Amino acid sequence: MALLESPPTSATKPGKPSKQPKQADPEDALTGTRSTRFSRHLILCLVGLVMMYPLLWLISSSFKPSNDIFRQLGLWPDNWDFSNYAEGWTALNQPFHVYLINSMIVVVFSIIGNIFSCALAAYAFARMEFTGRKLFFALMLGTLMLPGHVLLVPQYIIFSQLGWLDTYLPLIVPNFMATNAFFIFLMVQFMKALPRELDDAAQIDGCGPFRTFLRVILPLCVPAMATTAIFTFISTWNEFFGPLLYIQNQDLYTVPLALRAFMDSEGQSMWGPMFAMSVVSIAPIIGFFIAGQKYLINGIATTGLK
Amino acid sequence: MSVLTKQAPGAAASLAAGPPGRRKRGTARRRNQRSGYLFLLPWFLGMLFTIIPFFASLYLAFTDYNLFTEPNFVGLANFQAMTEDPRLWQSLKVTFIYTFVSVPISLAVALLIALVLNRGLQGLAIYRSVYYLPSLLGGSVAIVMLWRYIFGNEGIVNSFLGLFGIAGPAWVTDPDFSLSTLIVLNVWTFGSPMVIFLAGLRQVPTMYYEAASIDGASRWRQFRNITIPLISPIIFFNLIMQLIGSFQTFTQGYVMSGGTGGPADSTLFYNLYLYQKGFTEFEMGYASAMAWLLLMIIAIFTAINFIASKFWVFYDN
Repeated sequence: MALLESPPTSATKPGKPSKQPKQADPEDALTGTRSTRFSRHLILCLVGLVMMYPLLWLISSSFKPSNDIFRQLGLWPDNWDFSNYAEGWTALNQPFHVYLINSMIVVVFSIIGNIFSCALAAYAFARMEFTGRKLFFALMLGTLMLPGHVLLVPQYIIFSQLGWLDTYLPLIVPNFMATNAFFIFLMVQFMKALPRELDDAAQIDGCGPFRTFLRVILPLCVPAMATTAIFTFISTWNEFFGPLLYIQNQDLYTVPLALRAFMDSEGQSMWGPMFAMSVVSIAPIIGFFIAGQKYLINGIATTGLK
Repeated sequence: MSVLTKQAPGAAASLAAGPPGRRKRGTARRRNQRSGYLFLLPWFLGMLFTIIPFFASLYLAFTDYNLFTEPNFVGLANFQAMTEDPRLWQSLKVTFIYTFVSVPISLAVALLIALVLNRGLQGLAIYRSVYYLPSLLGGSVAIVMLWRYIFGNEGIVNSFLGLFGIAGPAWVTDPDFSLSTLIVLNVWTFGSPMVIFLAGLRQVPTMYYEAASIDGASRWRQFRNITIPLISPIIFFNLIMQLIGSFQTFTQGYVMSGGTGGPADSTLFYNLYLYQKGFTEFEMGYASAMAWLLLMIIAIFTAINFIASKFWVFYDN
């Protein structure tokens, strides 16, 4: 897997494509005529438009009165109606910001847990020598492919016996135990690309492994940590199965569970509010995507993360 | 932090003790040994939390555990019951159709678009973002719900077909069509394999193409004999990851059908059925057995892929 072994430095290339557009196939740029280039753009724009249409339609529908939603294919609302947002915000047991805060709590702790535990493990795998390192690393890679449902029933039993049902602990605590092998792998790849001389220099200056890690390696791993943070944010924000399993109390619902509750109370008049809250629920993801694109795309280019 | 203060003087002492060389390295190694395990401490806990449930679920697969009474060992009874369970077969069928239709299509689309994007067009970053964004949203409840309405009776898909005088089917409520809407949803998320393909295509050395075009090789020949072999490890990687992910689909089926897997079990994904068995009917022994069957299926498909890869995946070095 050549891709997996490539250091992140080379994977940063796709991040700045405009500077080297001819790198991949200069021959093409020379022979590609104006018209073929135009037709390529046309196809790409059409595909992009088809892909974006559902999202744009969702956003525009959230501003339409419920009666108009299914009559109009067009994206520009005839009658702007902001009441969907007000109505959706208060349609469930709790105002919608309660669910947003609930999700935020889970997300923030999951990010802290993943960065903390995965960076520690990655440093050990990438930089230290100890008995069993290779075996542990292989084991870690093995868990990458393990379908989570195999562990589901026993983990559920453990959590319920700990009295953790209807708390966020089952959603948060595993992240503090480096259970996301993907992020360990990502950081190992990143740390391996950092020059060894840094560690040696730190050691000569009297740093032990912990100080080398904290003061030298960690600050240089900010891009990898940012990737971890953004991916954790997106996957935790979207996470449906875990909350469905562990959270019964409606006041503790995370955003995906709250949205699903809209479907239970489904009725024609609810479409507008439901779409409005759907927009609210995906807005943070789109925001993080726009802000952290570089890290996301480098991240999946290095590890193949989704 | 106490570790920190203990370590630092030690390091200084080992340096002061003699000329840097063997001795220093030896201490460093011993120290590394100890702190290596310390760094891995959270991970070790996590592994315990993986390995114990792993074997516990293997054991439960052979019991009639129902969460409320002690598990009784029942031998292969769960697996026997599975062979006679029509819903289990249905859930396998749904998951297989979904996987073997949507994974090849989304990989083909991903590769095709990556190839076009790799031609050095202007605005690549914008296109890439537009295509990639859906893959971050495809698993969210909001989008699956949206899909339900897009394909609904009066949804925009049928309105659009209506413009051409075509009366579209009842996508969501007709068992013949409901799964296809989720296949479309999965193809919609082709952006993440596409980004991986793009990264791979950028590593294909240009000199190969230069040499080939001097020799008069056509575009198609260049694609078949240079591009495909050189990115075959990436195709392989994407294939494995997509297959594993797709076998484990849950949210899409759950939200689309309101948790039932309907209509007529046409969106009863394997993991959805597992969830129903384990957490609504509390047949946890059966659910564990199902989880192990899925593990076997995934292992077998991954193994087949690895064996087959010897014949088509090309490693440069």
